[in-house]
Amino acid sequence: MRYERPETIEAAIALLADAEAKSFVLAGGTDLLVRMQNDTFEADLIVDIKSIEGMDAVTQTDDGFLIGAAVSAAALSENAALVAEWPGVVEAANLIGSTQIQGRCTMVGNLCNASPAADSVPALVAADARVRIAGPDGSREVAILDIPTYPGKTSLTKGEIIVAIVLPKAATRSGDAYLRFTPRTEMDIAVVGVGINLTLDEGGVVAAARIALGAVGPTVSLVEEAAKALIGSKLDQAALDALASACSAASNPIDDKRGTIAFRKQVAGVLARRVAQTAYTRAGGK
Amino acid sequence: MSFDAAYQSKVLKSVGTRPLRPDGVDKVTGRARYGADFNMPGQLVARVLRSPHAHAKIKSIDTSRAAAAKGVKAIITAADLPDLTDGNRSLFAILDNCMARSKAMYDGHAVAAVAAIDEKAAKVALQLIEVEYEVLPHVVDVDAAILPDAPVLNDTIFTKGVEPIPKTPSNVANQAEFGHGDVEAGFMQAEVIVERSYKTEQTHQGYIEPHACVASCNTDGTAELWVCTQGHFVYRQTCADLLGLEVSKLRVTSSEIGGGFGGKTHVWAEPVALALSRKAGRPVKLVMSREEVFRASGPTSATSIDVKIGTKKDGTITAAQATLRYTSGPYPDTWAEIGAMTSFACYDLKNVKTVGIEVIVNRPKVAAYRAPSAPMAAFAVESAIDELAHKIGMDAVDFRIKNAAKEGTRASYGPIYGPIGIGPTLEAAKTHPHMSAPLGKNQGRGMACGFWFNFGGQTCTDLNVSADGTVTLAVGTVDVGGSRASLSLIAAEELGIDYQDIKAVIADTSTLGYNDMTDGSRGTFSSSMATISAARNAIEVMRHRAAMMWDIPPEDVYWEDGHAVAAGTKHGNRAPLSVKEIAAAAGNTGGPIAGHSELVADGAGVSFATHICDIQVDPETGSSRILRYTVIQDAGKAVHPAYVEGQYQGGAAQGIGWALNEEYIYGSDGRLQNPGFLDYRIPVCSDLPMIGTQILEIPNPNHPYGVRGVGETSIVPPLAAVANAVSNAIGLRMTHIPISPPRILAALNDAARN
Ligand SMILES: Cc1cc2nc3c(=O)[nH]c(=O)nc-3n(C[C@H](O)[C@H](O)[C@H](O)COP(=O)(O)OP(=O)(O)OC[C@H]3O[C@@H](n4cnc5c(N)ncnc54)[C@H](O)[C@@H]3O)c2cc1C
Repeated sequence: MRYERPETIEAAIALLADAEAKSFVLAGGTDLLVRMQNDTFEADLIVDIKSIEGMDAVTQTDDGFLIGAAVSAAALSENAALVAEWPGVVEAANLIGSTQIQGRCTMVGNLCNASPAADSVPALVAADARVRIAGPDGSREVAILDIPTYPGKTSLTKGEIIVAIVLPKAATRSGDAYLRFTPRTEMDIAVVGVGINLTLDEGGVVAAARIALGAVGPTVSLVEEAAKALIGSKLDQAALDALASACSAASNPIDDKRGTIAFRKQVAGVLARRVAQTAYTRAGGK
Repeated sequence: MSFDAAYQSKVLKSVGTRPLRPDGVDKVTGRARYGADFNMPGQLVARVLRSPHAHAKIKSIDTSRAAAAKGVKAIITAADLPDLTDGNRSLFAILDNCMARSKAMYDGHAVAAVAAIDEKAAKVALQLIEVEYEVLPHVVDVDAAILPDAPVLNDTIFTKGVEPIPKTPSNVANQAEFGHGDVEAGFMQAEVIVERSYKTEQTHQGYIEPHACVASCNTDGTAELWVCTQGHFVYRQTCADLLGLEVSKLRVTSSEIGGGFGGKTHVWAEPVALALSRKAGRPVKLVMSREEVFRASGPTSATSIDVKIGTKKDGTITAAQATLRYTSGPYPDTWAEIGAMTSFACYDLKNVKTVGIEVIVNRPKVAAYRAPSAPMAAFAVESAIDELAHKIGMDAVDFRIKNAAKEGTRASYGPIYGPIGIGPTLEAAKTHPHMSAPLGKNQGRGMACGFWFNFGGQTCTDLNVSADGTVTLAVGTVDVGGSRASLSLIAAEELGIDYQDIKAVIADTSTLGYNDMTDGSRGTFSSSMATISAARNAIEVMRHRAAMMWDIPPEDVYWEDGHAVAAGTKHGNRAPLSVKEIAAAAGNTGGPIAGHSELVADGAGVSFATHICDIQVDPETGSSRILRYTVIQDAGKAVHPAYVEGQYQGGAAQGIGWALNEEYIYGSDGRLQNPGFLDYRIPVCSDLPMIGTQILEIPNPNHPYGVRGVGETSIVPPLAAVANAVSNAIGLRMTHIPISPPRILAALNDAARN
């Protein structure tokens, strides 16, 4: 197995494009290094992207934020402007693992590992974030939702690397939040995760909403019905009930070692209510 | 010299203090050497091929392609570990578990092993071994295994312990009954009866260090084994038996141990590593992966238990009965029997009956786990006790106090108790501030008692006084929880010297006489007894040496405060001789000074604890958080109180994990779904509050300082204490452990629907 640490994105792409079938991008390594312990894991090439210029930078632009692919969760929480504008995204990334893991792990790694339970992904979907991809055929930008296609699979093609996450400028009177359910307090995998982003009108009525569910289907999903349940409301009981029902209904989980179908559907609704209230408060609603 | 182990009340100087443990710095700086930290020149790497099937006939194993692969030096199958067990069924079970013979009995059962020049070559070789299986029907659930239509896993098993012996084989290996009085008559007198069935899932000891060893067989019939174990002498005996080695020619050295909790009382990998080394003619290192640890080592029994208890309204229990079904994995064992013995050990009962039923299933062979079998029985019994107390409107502590066993009580499993701690721990619980602390919304408090037998056993210790007067103490019980510190305190106390002047080590099997392993909470109990005896023998030697130095009769020299003192006035006012002075002169007074001790430590007093738990339940998600937890336990005498507290806390933490989240989850194919710490959820630090402890000291009459073992009892009450707390928080009886969020939420939903 070959380990490379290129300093330019072009070099990284070239390495991957020319490589044998079994090659991997390495960011924080908190998924990849664990997988490498498996007896069945094989790799010919590992391309570490942490030395590529700009990968570890969070840049505030006129349109929002550009978050380099190698930025760790811990670094996100140290960026005051980002925390102020996207508290839900930052809190989601900082639920990953533990303090030690957060010092290494990245949101892009979280996304590309393509686990349905990835914590930062529902928050990124709710925020309507996009990713910037560089590859042998040039660059493209796609929505977060379009990256994971199935547990463990992404839509990235050979030689493609995600270089950054593009977070839009948060709308006035908006707030985002993320909540997950795990049996333990930390070092655990989400049994259900809910990300939400609400925008209010001047009267405190929900004008726009994006609600994404994690761990209750093969990939993270954006729930239109849940958004409809909240739009036009001030999060009254009826709206919250409709939100919970919509999230439970949209959940399409499996029975497995982490939870039952019935449990996950019910808790998706419970978390949606709770996270909606947090986002509403953050958006300035009362 | 005869040794008097009877308790003598006296003021102690070193015992009861809290110095740092001698192994602490090495452990926190990473210098300590664990099982996998040992290496030998020319060493090969071993890997084990394991059955992917829960139950399958092994039709053939073809190793020829693997043997031809690059870097492969030896491959073994059951043929290389032939059956030398001579009708000894429990030894055969160990052998068959190390390497499956005709059938693979569980997902993860070893079927072959490879030694190669490196990890990669070994991995490649594993993939080249061709095993032809005939998959057989399997059963993993304890209740399903005893249904009439269950596949019979071993057609040579006819239930033992029932009359007449059945004519057809079944998965019930044996049945054992305990008790006294007439339970039917007792239930007739009862005014209130609780009768319920409970279930607990299988858990693993969860030690952080996986099994690891390095084995080296020489052509002259000698062999060496460096291994992480709780009992190197026992490993030596078992490995020698299985491989046909002479016991004294196998030298076993125990490494530091990263947790065992009973799981390292049993060999898995060691005979395999030795057999590979014998075949390859080179040292072989075998380290199990975490997945292998879960699939193929350890676990405790899964259980299903029926309890019936009757009481008068004044709180007098009139009869108690329990039927306990425990899985033992694929081989007969005695886990249900032990569970049946412990069930009602906390109570003074006129009429009591327990039946233990041992059930064979397609799961890994069960090994001891801290007070093995007792936590599940306590869960069922203490849940029923709690429910009864509620039903008759009596405080749960008072109800237990009223029925608690005491000195003179006939235990439900037979013996008459001497002085015991159950009553005092209950009284302490009653007055503990925790008991009266206010509770908030969705919060509940539970309490429970627990019992463990404790064990003594064969023990051998050497104490050597060096020329500078410092002392080395060589013991043969592996230090699993700070015993080197405790034993040094004991030696310091006896000799009258400083703790700092004693260096305790765990001797290997070639340098000390046989020792039973560190199990049954015996480490400090029995090795301290042997240390006291060895120290007194050394003092005897030093007394004689002092007499020689002074040229007076030895009868006129006595030992006091670390010094030889000349008695009376007839020898003038001689200044007492210190250990240092006597040691410095040893070369001229008869040579090295040492004390030895070989004994069977009898009378390891039984142990009791009472635990109190506060929990908060989120009624919308079923999530729970332990808010406060208190352990009250009798230590006899706490030699090193900090490490006694550590044992109390550690047992409680493990019990809490078992109660709330830990479980083996099998798929319908009989494969283990969660062989890793991500989905086998032991508690993390932030899941637990600081666990409060209260040490009671009710001296054990059979130990010079009154010491009782403290290592195991602390895991007995938590399952019940947590279950009672949850049940009290949500107003519903939780009868299935672990009480995970999905189970709590399902129970709340059911209650809401009805
Ligand atoms: C102890 C522990 C606890 C954990 N807890 C959680 C948790 O609570 N929640 C959670 O969601 N996850 C958890 N994880 C999983 C993991 O930490 C996260 O998924 C993390 O975000 C992965 O980021 P990384 O940078 O370490 O990824 P890496 O391991 O470096 O990469 C992950 C995958 O993404 C690919 N990749 C990485 N960067 C790029 C890129 N720029 N372009 C294309 N492909 C790329 C890699 O090739 C690899 O396949 C945990 C892991 C551990 C070890």
